[in-house]
Amino acid sequence: MRIFLQRLRRYSKLGYLSFIFLVIFYFIAFFADLFVPYNYTHQWLSKSFCPPTKIHFIGPKGHFHIRPFVYNYVIVNPALRTYKEDKTKKYPIFFFVKGPERKIFGIFKTDRYLFGVQKPAGIFLFGTDLYGRDLFSRLLYGARISLSISLIGVLFSFVFGLITGGIAGYYGGVIDYIIMRFTEILMVFPSFYLMLALRAAFPLSLSSVQVYFLIVLILSIIGWAGLARIIRGMVLSIKEEEYVLAAKSMGLSDFKIITSHIIPNTFSYTITALTISIPGYIIGEAALSLLGLGIQEPYPSWGNILSSTIGNLRVLTYDPWMLIPGFFIFFVLINFNFLGDVLRSVLDPKNW
Amino acid sequence: MRKLIIKRLLHIIPLVIGMSFITFLMIRFSPGSPFTTLRMNPEISPATIAALEKSFGWNKPPIIQYLDWLKNICLLNFGISFTYHTPVLTLIKYRLKNTLCLALFSLSLSWILAIPLAVIAGYKENKFIDKVLSSIAYISISLPSFFVALLFVYFVSKTNVLPLGGTRSLFGANVTPYQHFADYLSHLLVPGLVLTFVNLGWIFRLMRNNFIDVYHSPYITTAWAKGLSTKKVLFRHAFKNAINPMLTILGLEIGSLLNGAALVEIICGWPGMGSLILHAVLSKDMYVVMGSLVISGVLLIIGNLIGDILLLLTDPRIKIS
Repeated sequence: MRIFLQRLRRYSKLGYLSFIFLVIFYFIAFFADLFVPYNYTHQWLSKSFCPPTKIHFIGPKGHFHIRPFVYNYVIVNPALRTYKEDKTKKYPIFFFVKGPERKIFGIFKTDRYLFGVQKPAGIFLFGTDLYGRDLFSRLLYGARISLSISLIGVLFSFVFGLITGGIAGYYGGVIDYIIMRFTEILMVFPSFYLMLALRAAFPLSLSSVQVYFLIVLILSIIGWAGLARIIRGMVLSIKEEEYVLAAKSMGLSDFKIITSHIIPNTFSYTITALTISIPGYIIGEAALSLLGLGIQEPYPSWGNILSSTIGNLRVLTYDPWMLIPGFFIFFVLINFNFLGDVLRSVLDPKNW
Repeated sequence: MRKLIIKRLLHIIPLVIGMSFITFLMIRFSPGSPFTTLRMNPEISPATIAALEKSFGWNKPPIIQYLDWLKNICLLNFGISFTYHTPVLTLIKYRLKNTLCLALFSLSLSWILAIPLAVIAGYKENKFIDKVLSSIAYISISLPSFFVALLFVYFVSKTNVLPLGGTRSLFGANVTPYQHFADYLSHLLVPGLVLTFVNLGWIFRLMRNNFIDVYHSPYITTAWAKGLSTKKVLFRHAFKNAINPMLTILGLEIGSLLNGAALVEIICGWPGMGSLILHAVLSKDMYVVMGSLVISGVLLIIGNLIGDILLLLTDPRIKIS
């Protein structure tokens, strides 16, 4: 791992940077509980679609404050949902403030939040949604769901593609023919249509955990075919190598040959393929949730936060902060694309 | 040559059969029959539903149902939509026309823009202009289509420069065909431009890489050494060879355009296949889902075939081997 990181750094600063970014991002997503100012279900009924809170350093009289503060937002026009800062009272931002009790990872009880302000003011870095929930907190929790789905989905297709592709390439013949025709058929469908049809094959109303794994399943079914074909091609060429022949003549079992000689040799390529395919999973989850077929309320995901803007020009025009999850998706995707491009060259033995 | 094409054509048959079978399996065995919603409607008597079930052949064994359905597909009879109460084919025809218009528009626009830009970037490799263009392409690749659509709709709704949603404005009775066409086009612009932008990056990148590969090959050096003009070297020698592999992409693009178009259509309110299949999925309108899946799959196959044949026609190396 260390050698890999060194090589990555030497080869491309940009690739190394994206790798670091992604690690940080996944870290924050995983420990979202620790970074949020509010819980994802916490509603501020009087603050629906409140704009992002401005953080001030300079008071109304021009004095500089070391501790930043915010003003309370009061609604001016309930029909148009316009807000105004109430400049009469300052609410300084404190760290590790007390709030409603919650459970981190569903285990540790705590009532502390990383940062916050005194009520009735709220600190909404990215504004609030229709129900007055803090978008920043929902985004971080949503990152956990969206990013973990992509990782687990990729892992599923990886394992499944490795098994089927390995078997098809190693044994050839009828098995190979059947598996390859099957992948071909799967790849004939436009993947978005296939995704919708697969979703249709299951009940529309499911519990959140079921939906989570259903999305993983659907995405890995779609992603598996391409990977299996790539691995099959690699296995086909590797099995002709001398060391496989040597292993065979030494009487090793097929299973042992496949697992310890052939598959490890496909890794450098498959890891690149995986990195490149993760964006597809993130987009897939977002697309399903965007259309209301994925993660359901009250659980946040990047896709379902965006879904409130679809077909609702009012929200889109007056509350553009609802588009912020899209920038997060873009940011993660561009980093994965950078990393994938660099990995392709770094892991290629020809470039060593 | 002819043999190759016939072989490719024959390969399609098992593909379509397998595809239709999987479609059927997925939809037929999904929970809740399309009649459940009808049953909940007190105005429809059980006898009517039984008659309907019979007319759709719902009480026959599944394999017979599949064969019946397959036979009907071959006769271009895709069944009747449960929600729209019209033949699926008429429904799909109208939607497909819109989707194809959208796809063709963005396909041609993105190629017209991307190919010359890619040639410029490839020619000026690692110069400033190449870096700018390549970064834009990178952004275009990394932006998900639905997000571009949302940003664009946001921009349009703020500025009100283009009409949003639908295919036509409300007109009086007498419109000239020209006005009609212009109106259609102006409605096409929002989803069309979004899709073009999303598509642009890929084409640019592929073409730029192809061009650079070709440009560094020895025959280009020879061409320069012969003292040919820049124009001749670039267009006669480099461009012609760089564009060749792109022809396969042209076929594959039909699939990716159908994919990208679906979400963009839904967000921009363009009545195409994407919104059709989404609503069909939500209302369990199974013949519409099956029909659109099969038709889009066939479109993809045709696209790949066109790409292959184009490549066969233009690349003499394949003919020989």
